[in-house]
Amino acid sequence: MENNSNFESRKPPVATTGILGWCRQHLFSNWVNSIVTLLVIYFLYQLIPWFLDWSVFSADFWTNYKGELIVDRTFCSRVADPEGDHGACWAIIIVRFYQFMYGFYPSEQVWRVNLTYFLLVVALLPLLIEKIPGRKHLIKFTIVFPIVAFILLYGGFGFQVIPTNKWGGLLVTLVLGVFGIAIAFPLGILLALGRRSQLPVISMFCTLFIEFIRGVPLITLLFFGMVMLPLFLPEGLNLDGLVRVLVAVTLFQAAYMAEVIRGGLQAIPRGQYEAAQSVGLSYWQMNRKIILPQAIRISIPSIVNTSIGLFKDTTLVIIIGLLDLLGIGRGALADATWMGLSNEVYVFVALVFFIFTFSMSRYSLYLEKKLKTGINMGAD
Amino acid sequence: MQNNLFQDQKFRGILYQTLVVGFFALGLYFVINTTAYNLEKRNIATGFGFLNNPAGFDISFSPFLDFKSTDTHLKVYFVGVLNTLLVSFCGCIAATILGFIVGIIRLSSNWLLSRIAYIYVEFTRNTPLLLQIILWYAILIQLPRIKQAPQIWETFYISNRGLFGPKPIFLDGSNIVILSLVLSFIISFFIARWAKKRQDTTGQQFPTFTTNLSIIVFFPFVVFFIMGSPITLQYPVLKGFNFKGGAVIRPEFIAMFLALSIYTAAFISETVRSGILSVTKGQREASGALGLKKNWIMRLIIIPQALRVIVPPLTSQYLNLTKNSSLGIAVGYADLVHGFGGISLNQTGQAIECMAITMATYLLISLTISFFMNIYNKSIQFKEK
Repeated sequence: MENNSNFESRKPPVATTGILGWCRQHLFSNWVNSIVTLLVIYFLYQLIPWFLDWSVFSADFWTNYKGELIVDRTFCSRVADPEGDHGACWAIIIVRFYQFMYGFYPSEQVWRVNLTYFLLVVALLPLLIEKIPGRKHLIKFTIVFPIVAFILLYGGFGFQVIPTNKWGGLLVTLVLGVFGIAIAFPLGILLALGRRSQLPVISMFCTLFIEFIRGVPLITLLFFGMVMLPLFLPEGLNLDGLVRVLVAVTLFQAAYMAEVIRGGLQAIPRGQYEAAQSVGLSYWQMNRKIILPQAIRISIPSIVNTSIGLFKDTTLVIIIGLLDLLGIGRGALADATWMGLSNEVYVFVALVFFIFTFSMSRYSLYLEKKLKTGINMGAD
Repeated sequence: MQNNLFQDQKFRGILYQTLVVGFFALGLYFVINTTAYNLEKRNIATGFGFLNNPAGFDISFSPFLDFKSTDTHLKVYFVGVLNTLLVSFCGCIAATILGFIVGIIRLSSNWLLSRIAYIYVEFTRNTPLLLQIILWYAILIQLPRIKQAPQIWETFYISNRGLFGPKPIFLDGSNIVILSLVLSFIISFFIARWAKKRQDTTGQQFPTFTTNLSIIVFFPFVVFFIMGSPITLQYPVLKGFNFKGGAVIRPEFIAMFLALSIYTAAFISETVRSGILSVTKGQREASGALGLKKNWIMRLIIIPQALRVIVPPLTSQYLNLTKNSSLGIAVGYADLVHGFGGISLNQTGQAIECMAITMATYLLISLTISFFMNIYNKSIQFKEK
């Protein structure tokens, strides 16, 4: 008892709540962490103002530092006044914005592209939002959407035909991405079912196909579509360049999609198959009504992830001469009027891709969380 | 009668499979026929004879084989394969190191640091690799020209034509130095094995790392001086518009290497993170209770268990990197697709042969990587004693 009086009463703990407490815990928990935090803050202090200055405050948008309207590279502040402290010259994007979005699509017909973009959003709604009113009817529209989109974009049925070599920019990127995914998805399901099939020949064919495609780079498949496919086809049957690329992209995506769906199929407990068979369902009935809905449901996050991969990989078409978003950007840089503004173009293209892929990845994360709490697969 | 036969599952199976094989054979027959007709009509030669014809073009980047324009297409192929393997190998190593570092940083208790790692991962994962390659290349060729190239200790020069540095010149007796280096690696391998065996049986520890490091560093050095310094360095010297002597790493290679490793590292960091997170908290607490030091817990308890989760996706990242190295064609890196699948194909017109060889090579590389990674994967899997 006497000993206790020798000790001073302990000080109350430093605040572990509030902003100060949070900072202490997450930024300055020990001296190593404190030094690291200070270094990072210094680094950010150098980087962020520099980047903001380059991209916004000292940048040219429509006019240069003298207030002139920018029509080619010589008007850009950083070209006209190389000694001065000037940032990016976004005029290249603004002047060529139409090309970046639509390529060389005739401007009087461009409402068709815009309408297709709008219908794409409508077609995606029932897939993205589960509780949308009238989902059943919207799904029907989603299924016919590729045909509608093709007629709107290409022409026919009273519309003027716009050949695909006039398409470009974001339009080509989206066409390759959306059509590639839309066709690859059913194909991937068939391949996955085929690989797991009891019939040895079918299973072998599917396995060989999937492993072959997954073993070679996409660019070789694109070359295949470009230089070899014309040799395989009979004379007179000339496939459109975009279609040939789409074939290569779709086959590539289907193989990856098949593996993802196969993962989902493997997660379905055997009891589900046995139960379906014991009620007398045929192979296709069993898969369509019992197995696939569950398997696809659990593999949706991975399906979205491979789709992100495909969307990024569509840029490869520039190597075989198609003008997608990146291709239009490189075309602008090869043009003498806009030469040397590569940083601006590449940052812009990267930003557009980032917006699409980042929102897709957020969506797949959201689905993953929902799936984890929503259903209880076979654990009972 | 026929109705009954169709209800038999076995019969239906055989029927379907026969149909599939039949259609496939028919399609193949049709394709081969039309192809043969098309080839004949366009006067394209067939067969692999073109491999022995002179290529007639130059390859700017061939660090292993000396390439002249009079060399054959077969040599173009080998140069391409070596360049593909070189950038893939360097990329895999750099991506693994960077990926592990970023993955661990992502789990750091420092909020700011883990946020920065998160932003890096999201930005690199969500933009196309091809764009990153082109962007790196665009940045590298904006570097100063050779005349104004910044230098480091008059040894390294950074210019828009590449990174110039000293080149080792091997004189007589250098073989013995290299041999001693190899020998020291072998010796340290056996020491490590012996030390592990002794620790397993007796529990006595041995300072393996310091011993081996000093063997690997000092033994070749001593041999080097005994042999009278047979390896010297040749420094690049500016003459006119270019450097004379020395070694150079071209911007195409640097752009490919940077883009591939930074891009793949973002994916690897995510697998590393999920691998470390998969080790349950109890493992960490239990090892803490045993009194292990913090970095020992990471090295002895967490990492070995996390590796079981990390290695399978890591394998597929290595495969992806190798396949992605084919994008070198966008910046003119003379890899397999650019040299053999691109220029040789265009010059000879023999698309089928060139593409078949290129695809088969990539398949072979992929299978080899999977094979070795599977062996490694088996060695680290949980062994029940």
